[in-house]
Amino acid sequence: MSKKKEGETGSDKTKLNTPLLDELESGPWPSFVTDLKNWSRKKPAVAQLLNQLEDSYETKWNYWTGTVLNVTGYGGGIIARLSEKAEEYPDLAEFHTIRVLPPAGFVYSTERLRNLSGICERHGAGILQLHGLTGDILALGFDNKGSRAASEDLMANGWDLGGSGAALRSLQCCVGQARCEMACFDTMKTTRFITNHYISFLHRPEFMYKFKIKISGCGNDCSNAMISSDMPIMGTWRGAMQIDQARVAEFIDEKGVEYLIDNVITRCPTRCISLKGNELVVDNDDCVRCMHCINVMHKALKPGKERGVTICLGAKRTLKIGDTMSSVIVPFMPLETEEDFEKLTDLIDQIWEFWNDNAMDHERIGEFIARVGLGAFIEGIGREPDPRMVSETRTSPFIKFEELAPGRLEGEQKQEPTVWQREPESSESSP
Amino acid sequence: MSEKMAPRDQGVPDHSNLLHPGMARNYGKWDYHERVRPGVLRYVAESGESLYMVRAGSPRTMSPETIEKICDIADRFCQGFLRFSMRTNVEFMVEEAEQVEPLIEAIKSELGFPIGGTGPSISNIAHTQGWLHCNLPGTDAAGAVKALMDDLIEEFENERFPNRVKIATSCCQINCGRHADIGIIVQHHHAPRINYDNMKICDLPKVVAICPVAAIRPKVVGGTPSVEIVQEKCMYCGACHGQCPSMEIRDAETDTLSIWVGGKGANTRGGPSLMKLAVWGLPNNPPRWPEVSDAVRKILDAYKEGGKDWERVGEWIERIGWQRFFEKTGFTFTKYHIEDGPNAMWTYNRSTQVRI
Ligand code: HEM
Ligand code: SF4
Ligand code: SF4
Ligand code: SF4
Ligand code: SF4
Repeated sequence: MSKKKEGETGSDKTKLNTPLLDELESGPWPSFVTDLKNWSRKKPAVAQLLNQLEDSYETKWNYWTGTVLNVTGYGGGIIARLSEKAEEYPDLAEFHTIRVLPPAGFVYSTERLRNLSGICERHGAGILQLHGLTGDILALGFDNKGSRAASEDLMANGWDLGGSGAALRSLQCCVGQARCEMACFDTMKTTRFITNHYISFLHRPEFMYKFKIKISGCGNDCSNAMISSDMPIMGTWRGAMQIDQARVAEFIDEKGVEYLIDNVITRCPTRCISLKGNELVVDNDDCVRCMHCINVMHKALKPGKERGVTICLGAKRTLKIGDTMSSVIVPFMPLETEEDFEKLTDLIDQIWEFWNDNAMDHERIGEFIARVGLGAFIEGIGREPDPRMVSETRTSPFIKFEELAPGRLEGEQKQEPTVWQREPESSESSP
Repeated sequence: MSEKMAPRDQGVPDHSNLLHPGMARNYGKWDYHERVRPGVLRYVAESGESLYMVRAGSPRTMSPETIEKICDIADRFCQGFLRFSMRTNVEFMVEEAEQVEPLIEAIKSELGFPIGGTGPSISNIAHTQGWLHCNLPGTDAAGAVKALMDDLIEEFENERFPNRVKIATSCCQINCGRHADIGIIVQHHHAPRINYDNMKICDLPKVVAICPVAAIRPKVVGGTPSVEIVQEKCMYCGACHGQCPSMEIRDAETDTLSIWVGGKGANTRGGPSLMKLAVWGLPNNPPRWPEVSDAVRKILDAYKEGGKDWERVGEWIERIGWQRFFEKTGFTFTKYHIEDGPNAMWTYNRSTQVRI
């Protein structure tokens, strides 16, 4: 790694000098290094960015610190980055990321994409990441002034900033009905509806911690909602799956019965598919809408006609109590009419109120539920227990049955005393 | 404040104007799809109309020049519309089968993006910021992905695995890369060194509170309020580093990379699952991280050979058992692979079901 140092003394650190990064220019996968090197001819700051990255490759040390920067009226959206090497790389002294809300499902017209890219180029380094794992458009490389100017320009052009901090984060959804036959509801509409309904919570962090909602049109979960969002909204259906027996026959003709047995029938998690003669039969009472058979036989099988969503809560990565996964809160609700969407916002309101009133600082909803227990949580948000919320009932017999306790729980006396607690009716009957 | 303020709180742009006309016309009325070839899907609507989608792998981080090239292709072939996938692929749509080949030709020659990432292939790697632009990383992300995808590009361009393989990288233990079939994570090996010279004590109570295991205590150092770390309690997670840059968790000499397997978000078959430790202690070796590529290869080769159709990596391991997984990959099972913590016992083998 000494090759870089040779002849470097006295050289202008703002001039591109990236021997290690240059090794990432070869090979068949498109190289961000080549792209950014070319771009640095137009934006000298990008040469400094690459040089600093080169330094990191050499020293294995990171040179960015983070701080907070806001645009008027908003409490988030800009991820401020300051370089510790600003003396060498003056253009990196302030080199922030703006999170921009993308269109639902990441669909663009070239007009809009050019508009976005043009604004970012005008006010900063112009580098775009499409998209960040948070579901935002990430625009890199603005100083304080540029960040504010770019934000104003973006907002004047119909864009808005994304979420950051202890706020509702930018929503994310799969392509859904726009291009997928599996989609059980309108994921794009739902994403836009929820975001815009709660837009103030996205721009002004006032929650206990971050809250991520991700939306997938079916159990396949192309938006990674189940393992990476506080609230996955997942497409599903009620009643019978749609089966086109003629296409089943075509499938068997093409793939053979063995394939059908090995890859469909025996792979159903609840073993509810069978072959009766040449007909595929699904026991719809036992189908758990896992999507497997539909994925394999996507021409012959389709979700049922009465569609809606399953809503879960709780996933997040390891910090702080360890990984949590999402679990069912609403087994099924339709999401089509205005009233359905009103019910959804009622639910979200209730969840947020209970969580924000009772959670500790920095406690994600999954951690909160783990701490208070799902039973107490659903009571807190006013929902009835439903066996579909659990994979099994409890094993520990140490239970505080409110109905059976002699009125001592929480010091309240609201229950009728249980049989063995009652006063005997007459003293004669006592032995 | 003489400048006029742009409207606030506009929210998400209306997607209905941003859909390819073929998508708009058949919104909610799709019948089925076919895999034409790796990287190309044909969606057929109830109306009988077809829409061909060509998926191209992007490096995610792009200059305006690259964006312009993408737009130019979308203008010429796709009526001015396009889409990005969750895993940073660009999706170009055309309505006529004859347009597919010329489109692919244009993407390859003008953009240099590979075509693939559909069906049982390796899709683009979901990655994070790394040294390029985060305040916490112990390694780079975009560079590691470039190096790994150079090695795996054939698997992006072909569909030859039992099922799809999603790979993710994370450049610190916060793990923005999330769960995946194969996850690559940085690991730290000592408690943060406190850089007292640099410490500004901006948010002392917050730094103390952020530690999940209460390892950080307030302490007066050299006459100013500061903190100290209880070494035995610290689990090297780095949460405090996010709160305060002076809690230096990363270490150029000792940080390593580890590889995790079997994460899955889909509800298919066994449902979602978290990824589990496969191999640890790989060197953080820029610019090409060859040891990581090697280890990923070993997992992929074994999975390709042993996995049954539709089994994801985690399902394959569940069927063959971890013992066979370690045999087939050549990795060593160590005491560190055994879970600790309050729920650990549920991950032990609680039966005599053993492959002997
Ligand atoms: C100072 C602290 C943090 C910083 C600077 C930070 C930064 C980021 C960045 C830059 C991304 C986008 C990654 C990309 O696409 O390049 C991201 C995503 C993500 N972060 Fe953080 N993060 C912080 C704290 C956390 C914490 C504490 C957690 C978990 C408890 C977390 C979990 C995630 C996850 C799971 C993602 C993936 C996106 C998603 O699922 O929405 N982050 N973070
Ligand atoms: S989650 Fe389901 S509906 Fe959405 S794109 Fe994936 S398969 Fe289609
Ligand atoms: S969707 Fe899943 S649970 Fe339902 S029948 Fe098909 S494989 Fe079985
Ligand atoms: S994994 Fe860590 S270092 Fe990488 S982007 Fe996320 S917070 Fe930053
Ligand atoms: S690294 Fe994690 S465990 Fe250690 S002091 Fe920091 S927050 Fe606490």
